[in-house]
Formats: sequence, structure tokens, C-alpha cells
Amino acid sequence: MADLSIDFAGIKSPNPFWLASAPPANTGEQVMRAFDAGWGGAVWKTLGDPIVNVTSRFGGVDYGGRKLMGLNNIELITDRPIETNLREIREVKKRYPKHVVIASLMTETKEDWRVLIQRCEDAGVDGLELNFGCPHGMCERGMGSSVGQEPKLLQEITSWVKEFARTPVLVKLTPNTGDILEPGEAAIRGGGDGIALINTIKSIVGVDLNRLVPNPRVGNASTNGGYCGPAVKPIALHMVAALSRLPNMIPISGIGGIGTWRDAAEFIALGATSVQVCTAVMHHGYRIVEDMIDGLSEYLDAQGMKSVNELRGRAVGAYQEWGDLDLSYKLVASIDAKSCIGCQKCVTACHDGAHQCIFTGDREHARPPHAHAHGPAKPPQPFPIGTIAGDRVPWIDEPECVGCNLCQLVCPVPGCIEMVETPSGKPRDTWNERVRDGRDKQPGGIHESRS
Amino acid sequence: MSLLPENRLETDLVDKKPLFTEAEARAEAERCLYCADAPCIKACPTEIDIPTFIKKIASENVRGSARTIFEQNLLGYSCARVCPVEVLCQGDCVYTGWGRDPIQIGRLQRFATETATRSGERPVLAKKIDLAVAKKRVACIGGGPASLAFAGYLALEGHEAVVFEKRAWSGGLNTTGIAPYKLHAEDALHEVAWVKDLGVDVQVGVEIGETDGPGRVSAKKLLETYDAVFLGVGLGADTSLGIPGEDGPGVEGATAWIEKMKLELTHAHRETITGKRVIVVGGGNTAIDVARECALLGAADVAMVYRRDLPQMTGYIHELVGGRKEGVRLVGHLQPVAFVRDEHGKLTALRVAKTDAEAKPIPGTEHDLPCDFVALAIGQSKLRSIAKELPGVELDKRGCVVVTDKATGATHHPKVFAGGDCVNGGKEVVNAVAEGRNAARYLLERWRTQ
Repeated sequence: MADLSIDFAGIKSPNPFWLASAPPANTGEQVMRAFDAGWGGAVWKTLGDPIVNVTSRFGGVDYGGRKLMGLNNIELITDRPIETNLREIREVKKRYPKHVVIASLMTETKEDWRVLIQRCEDAGVDGLELNFGCPHGMCERGMGSSVGQEPKLLQEITSWVKEFARTPVLVKLTPNTGDILEPGEAAIRGGGDGIALINTIKSIVGVDLNRLVPNPRVGNASTNGGYCGPAVKPIALHMVAALSRLPNMIPISGIGGIGTWRDAAEFIALGATSVQVCTAVMHHGYRIVEDMIDGLSEYLDAQGMKSVNELRGRAVGAYQEWGDLDLSYKLVASIDAKSCIGCQKCVTACHDGAHQCIFTGDREHARPPHAHAHGPAKPPQPFPIGTIAGDRVPWIDEPECVGCNLCQLVCPVPGCIEMVETPSGKPRDTWNERVRDGRDKQPGGIHESRS
Repeated sequence: MSLLPENRLETDLVDKKPLFTEAEARAEAERCLYCADAPCIKACPTEIDIPTFIKKIASENVRGSARTIFEQNLLGYSCARVCPVEVLCQGDCVYTGWGRDPIQIGRLQRFATETATRSGERPVLAKKIDLAVAKKRVACIGGGPASLAFAGYLALEGHEAVVFEKRAWSGGLNTTGIAPYKLHAEDALHEVAWVKDLGVDVQVGVEIGETDGPGRVSAKKLLETYDAVFLGVGLGADTSLGIPGEDGPGVEGATAWIEKMKLELTHAHRETITGKRVIVVGGGNTAIDVARECALLGAADVAMVYRRDLPQMTGYIHELVGGRKEGVRLVGHLQPVAFVRDEHGKLTALRVAKTDAEAKPIPGTEHDLPCDFVALAIGQSKLRSIAKELPGVELDKRGCVVVTDKATGATHHPKVFAGGDCVNGGKEVVNAVAEGRNAARYLLERWRTQ
């Protein structure tokens, strides 16, 4: 079994799975149950000056009959007295000395930060996470994402914290920014030991169409909240990967839509050292970590990796600029007549949403006017007859297929449509090379035309 | 229209496929793949755009879903419940071939149509009246699904449509003949009332025949009065075996008994079945209906007696399997030869002979099957007399009305169109609806372009 333990900027954790600063890490009783279930660490629900919360607080996005593709919240930081939180942190660290407890913090003046940091460190936390990400309620008070959106401010507060902190400092970033590199680099300049991202995305989760009030509803009104859950994972992956490419990058704690070992492995492959989970636990409970640990170990073993550290960042190099992608690389779709069920989702998807190169029936079809190949599209010989779908198996007009993947993505049968690597007969070529050689248009035309 | 008796025996038989809750309907609708060129549509005799109506349930546009159904099948409400979906739409669901449970199309259709036609709902179908088209008058002979569909589609476009039904109840077999665990009579009448609300004049207790008089209108007068006449009379009385002892208590025609059970008998009559030994003669869908109904009403033993081999039974496999689960025994290669009665005339047994591979009785194999009740489900006669009153309308050798064009239901009389069981010899409700609708569409198009 692969070694899952990690060292995050000096914070040692039995595994990379941490609870994110959120309701699942609100109290000592919860955190201890989470540790019993297998979580390696917990970032405590953000500590700061006491707040008052509203009812209701959460809104969900369901999709195709599945619940909580996305979750949005308008809850604020901890609503419990700081003394209670610190007492519980002390208790947890005493009973679980090998597990990680990180205090998430949000406060205002330099003196406030000094006092809060000292009290948390005295309680025994392993590290500090600066909540510069919350996009609702706290940002209007000059905290949370209002800091994360101002790189200079973020850098300054980070450097204050570093003056006082004896434990590692993670800077938690908001995705509600134009370019994640700006706050990321500011966190590094401020002396942060690690970066956690993403915090939630500013959002309105939906509208109650009977009352004509957005959700979640507080009386006859609502407000923008923070969006998280499976739907945000791709956004988080990109931001993690973008920061991972920085040469002077500090450790990353990846957050955003992680619910399985596969999600975690993807974040780690794009550079994360630890991952943090909230929505999936809110949906299914602490117990999900058992499969996360088990599945990640199985994967690492299957890949011949002895430690999770071997996986870290392994996919970062393959994340490149569009201009460096090989324009000569060619894939063509192939439909397996044996497993096709004849739903013809691929036909409609290709016809209306892609490149009009999937047909049905054993006769020729006129190609669309913009086709590159000449003449009609001809059905394959012999004509495919499906085991299940009979004569309803669609066929690909291969010369016209651009290999976009759409048919494979909409096909409900796993493995039925395969994208087959096909020699294009052309040497490797990229947009950047073409521009460099003067074979294609110089990018940046809009700036030239404006000047 | 008078009210149905309360405590009807048929209400003892509860829905086998009850109305989905909204949550159940949405969950099932979300499973639909929304196939392109969907096989389920092709398998539906009325070609309802099934993926579209299901998608609308998923999006919570239930009224729009019902509209999608009714545009193709005006009696989508009853068809949702009486269609043999296992061998039609649902049977061709791509999930079936994949070895997964098919989408429960019938139950989704029931959810949409029942929700959208609840009392108090705004009309789900809007009238489409083109003032440039002259208003026409049509009459239907027979008040079953074919006529109701024909009349309803014409009424929706502003034409005057009258339906004449000789029974006290309209709705045809939907009211009198559907197994109660699929559709109860009051629900069939709810649908008729809904069609009437579209503007159809349904007159019950009026027979079309040779002469005019109270409760009678002559076919001649119909042809003179109306621009078109639709013949949708269905089938006649149950066929009898013509063997000794047949006349007398304890022996009934299947459709006659079902009609009585649905409309007349009350809970008090349950003892005529409960604990009794029942034999159903026949192997078709009416036979399996009677057999299942008797089994569910608590008969001590129900045997379906069929003169051929069991695989040759024409009842749907899913119905036969369902019947077996309810205790119906299927017995092949037996031919009834006589009814045995005691000195008081009470039925005591059905005398049968074994049959050979050609379904011919084997002499010397006669034996008695003790029983208390026998239902005969060996077919129904054809209503031949009405054709005589409609000059030019011909019957084929079987007694079915001959249509010159299956796509329109046109007959040899230019004003007369026909559809439903009297043309096709006895198919599903959905076939009757398709035939009535097609005739209506043909006339609408003709009158629009006249």
C-alpha cells in the first residue's frame, strides 16, 4: 500500500485529505468524529469576531435527477465564541496529536491579527489559513474576498501575519478575480508558506419562480452566496494548475468539488499537496474518506508509485498554452456496433452541435455545404448491424470527423464510442510555430488596431 | 348522464400501476435518454412524441407534456393506462435491449394527462378555429375511442361533432371492458367528459338504424343531415360455443360479464366469484383479463382452457405471466364439448376433450372439469346490420367494415368513414384512436383546402 502521508510546508499529515473550513469542521466533536473516520486534517471553521447568521443559508443545484451538482451558501464564519472554539481545538490536538488542525482566520486590524494568531497557536494549531476568499457577508465588511481581490492588501496582511506566526501560514484565495496569478504571486511575496484554493464562487444559485425571490430565501429576499460542489471542480483545477506552473510556487492545498479519490488524484497531479473537502461531506458524511484513502492507495499501487508525493504535479507539464498544441494531431470517432443501443444521441449532437458527420441508414447522405471532402458521405461497407441496435447503429463520415469528442461525451454506453488516433500525414505543427515562422497571423492584433 | 352505482365490484380491483407522485414522475422522466429518431415513437400507433413529453415532465412543464400527448392522441389519458406498453413503446425503449429497465412510458403519460385534466385545471388544448373554413357537421355512430378521437379533433377546429351511443354509457370498451386494475369506469367517463368539454355533443341511449323514433335515428337521416358520418361501432356480442348445456346460469360471455362486473355488480355480488371454481375458455387478451379479474376477486381456482398449445395463446406474454402470478392456471389442448348441470340446472362441470396437435378433439378423451362459473372468451360477433343502412359501405368476409384507404378510413360511401374494432376486427384502444384521428385529419385538410 502506497504511503499517503504528506509534509505540507512543515505540517505533517497522515494523508492528504483535510476537511475544508466550513460547517463539517465547525466543532471539536465533529472534527474528532471526522478524524475517527480517517480524515488526516481539518481546517477549522473560520475564527474571527462573532457574527449573526440568517435562515435559510444553503441553495442547491440538481442536475438530471442527481442532487447537489452545486451548493451555494450565505453562511458566515463561526457563530460560536472564540473561547469555546479554542478550548475545543486544544482538546482535539490533545486527543489527536498526529492529525492536523489548522485555524482559519479572518479579522481586521494588525493588532487583531496578532492577538488571534497568538491565541490559536497557544491552543496548539498546526498552521494558520487566512480566509481571503469568502464572497458573501464578510467581504462587505472589508474582509474575505475583498482582501483576496486586492493583491497589495493581500500581500500586506500576509506579511503582518508572518511577523507574528510561529506555524506555517496558508493563504486561501478567492476565484472571484480576473487572473488567479495576481493574488497567488502576492501571497508568495507576502511570505505565505502555502496557498489554499479555491474559495467559493460568487453566485446566485437560482430563483424561486413562484415567489420571484432568489434562493436561498431569507423572508422575501436573498443575497449572492458562495458556490461550491462538483460543478466548480474544473474551475478549481485550472486555478491550481495555473499556480503550479509558477517556478517559485509554494505548496498548494487544493479545494473545489472534491468528493472522490479520483478528484483528489487530479488535484494532486496538477500540483496540490493536500486537498480539502466540504460539499461532499455535507452531502454524504465523513465516511466518504474511507474510499478516498482506499482508492488513492489502489491507484498509486497500480501506477507503481510508492508515495502520493510521486504523483504531485505529474500532469502540470502537460498543461500547455493552446498555441503549443500540435495542430497535426488527429482523432476520428469510431462506434462499436456490438454495444451501441441505437439511441442516436450522437447523431443529433453531431448534427446540431458539432460537424455534421454522423449519419444513419444504409444510403448515401449529402454532406453539408461547408464540408471539406467532396461528394456524398458513403455508408461503410459492410453496413454495421448492431447486436442490440440492429440497423439503428449510426456511422461516421470519417473524412469529415474533426475528432471533437462530442459524440463520445453524449453516448450513454461506456466504451461504445472510441476516439481513434489516426495518422494525419502531416508533421507536428503549432500555432506559435506558425506565427514565429510568419505562416499565420500575429496574435495581439486587437491591441495594434486600438493604438 | 346518470351516475354509476356506488360500491361497484370493479372498485375492489385497485390500480396495478398507480399514479406517480410528482417526485416519482420527475425521477423516472430524468432517466429518459431523449433519443433521436426514437424507437418508442415508431412503436406507438399514434406516434406520440414520447421523448418530448417526457422531457417536459422532467422540466416540470406538465401541461405542455399533456399537450404533446393530446396533439397526437386525444385519448392519451386512457391509453396511458390501457395500452400494452410492454409490446409497444416501452418494449422498444433502447434501455430494453441494453438489459436495463425501460422507461415507464405508460405511467409517465398517465401522470401528465391525469395531472393536466384534473377538475379545476384550465383547458389544456386551445380551440383552433379558422374563420376562412366553413363550419361542418359530423356524426359518429358508436361512442368508443375511435369516435371520440374523430369527434374531438374536429370539434377542436370548430366543427360541430355529435356522437351517438346506443348504450347508457359512452366511452366504449374503455368504460365497459377494460380490466379495472388498469382503468375504472368512472375514469373512462372522466375522459369522455373531458372530450365533451372540447365541444363534442355525446348523446347516449340513441341507436342508429333503419328508422327514426324515440332513442332511434335512421342512418338515412344522418347521411342527409351531416357532412360526414364516422362509423365506430366496435364489435358485437360474445361468440358462443354452441354445445349442449350452454344456455343457463353459470355460463357467460366474457365481455358481457366484464361489462356487468364494471357497471352493475356491487360488492355484494363478490360471492359469485370468491371461493368459486372458474374456467375461462379462450387464450386471448379478453380471456386473460377475465381470468385475472376472477383470480383477484378471490376465486378458489381459475383455469384458462385453450384448445391449442400454450405458446399459441394470443394473450400478451406479460399478461399471461401476470395472471400466473395471481394464480391463473393455463391449460392447453382441451376443447369444451358440453356443460354439465345438475337436476336443478346448476352448472357443475365443463366437459372437455383433449385435442391433438391440430387442435382437433380426440375421441374418447372426454372428462369433466368441476366448476361453478365459465366465461367464454372465444371472440365477438361483428355488427353487420348497420352496414346495410349505409349504402355502399361493404363488409369483408369476416364481417369487418371495408375501408378503401387505411390512412383515412374512407369507405365506399363518400361521406362515411370508419375506424376502430369494426374495421380492424379488434385491436387496442390506441389503434382505434389513431384511426379516428386519421379520418379527422383527412377531413380537416380537405375542408381547409376546399
